[in-house]
Amino acid sequence: MRNHPLVQLMLVFTPLSLLAFGGGQAVLTDVRHQSVDVHHWVSNSEFLSDYVLTRMAPGPTTLIVSLVGWKAYGWLGAVTAAVAIFLPSSLLVYGVAHIWERQRGAPWQVHVERGLAPIAAGMLLASSYNLMRALEGGWVAWAVALAVTGVLVFSKINPLLMILAGALSFLAIGHFWRLA
Amino acid sequence: MSSPPVSSPTAQADPESTAKVGLVQLFAAFTRIGTTAFGGGIAGWMMREIVDRRGWMTADDFLTGMAMSQALPGVNVVNLAIWVGYRLGGSLGALIAALGIILPAAAMIACLAGFFNSFAHGHLAHLGFAGAAAAAIGLSLSMALRAGRRSLRKLAPCLVMAATFVTAGLLRVSIIPVVLVLGPISVGYQFWQGRRDA
Repeated sequence: MRNHPLVQLMLVFTPLSLLAFGGGQAVLTDVRHQSVDVHHWVSNSEFLSDYVLTRMAPGPTTLIVSLVGWKAYGWLGAVTAAVAIFLPSSLLVYGVAHIWERQRGAPWQVHVERGLAPIAAGMLLASSYNLMRALEGGWVAWAVALAVTGVLVFSKINPLLMILAGALSFLAIGHFWRLA
Repeated sequence: MSSPPVSSPTAQADPESTAKVGLVQLFAAFTRIGTTAFGGGIAGWMMREIVDRRGWMTADDFLTGMAMSQALPGVNVVNLAIWVGYRLGGSLGALIAALGIILPAAAMIACLAGFFNSFAHGHLAHLGFAGAAAAAIGLSLSMALRAGRRSLRKLAPCLVMAATFVTAGLLRVSIIPVVLVLGPISVGYQFWQGRRDA
């Protein structure tokens, strides 16, 4: 029973769900370690390739656990892994949202909200900065990122157009320079 | 300090600030986010759709949800979807929002997975994705700037924001100690401030 792949997927990913402080990225290393080194559900290169795939699709990168689950035990494995990684933390945030809504406007809540706001802002700035540092494509990538920032701050344009423009500008410039 | 008294109905208990939304509309909005949010930074897409495009929430309200979903464990964007969905449409709203973010992406991954290896390792696909990722950072950064602008109005929030950016961004300290140290300081300061104003 304990050795059944579905049970193992559950046992591995459920705790990681509640340990993911700072988002899915925080436990990605553990997901890799458990999936590749401990349980051999996927090889290291498969895992890296799956990671690129989940990054390319819209939606959370954490869906990589579903690809791992799929390789471990087919469709059931994919669903089990997704439930295990998403459900526990989702129930927690659901509970907090429920309490929050009932106490809406209470003085303590206003203080907590005001206190957390600058931390959230600082986190957003920090993660944008770290993502920029990790970009491929050097100054061109920075220029694209900053140009898109400017356009989005000052207009209500659909971001999808900007993503498309970013991809196309890389393809055009990459035609002349070696970018990535 | 110019902060309004905490009992004022400004951004909080005001029924106007958050329109309750039909579940079908909510589903449409979140599937739209789930199918178009290429390049990462889904929170930015969500803010664009929910706050700017549909006007269902104020930016302040959304950013509170952002802070809470970062403070709790779990995948941030799923947490945020649940928070926003619950606020707009109750329990069913939370469920619909979470599934709207997860399912379209899962379907797309399942479709791509078959012929992924032949396609994704091509040079052009790689270049295009790198460009999309660069542009998507613009989306995250524009949201970060909007969030940051609110904190610039007063000194203490400004210092907390700067300290968070320096530790988590420049020094790459893990977010847990940053939140554990700065969170109580910042929230405690607001309590102290509230008591002094009262």
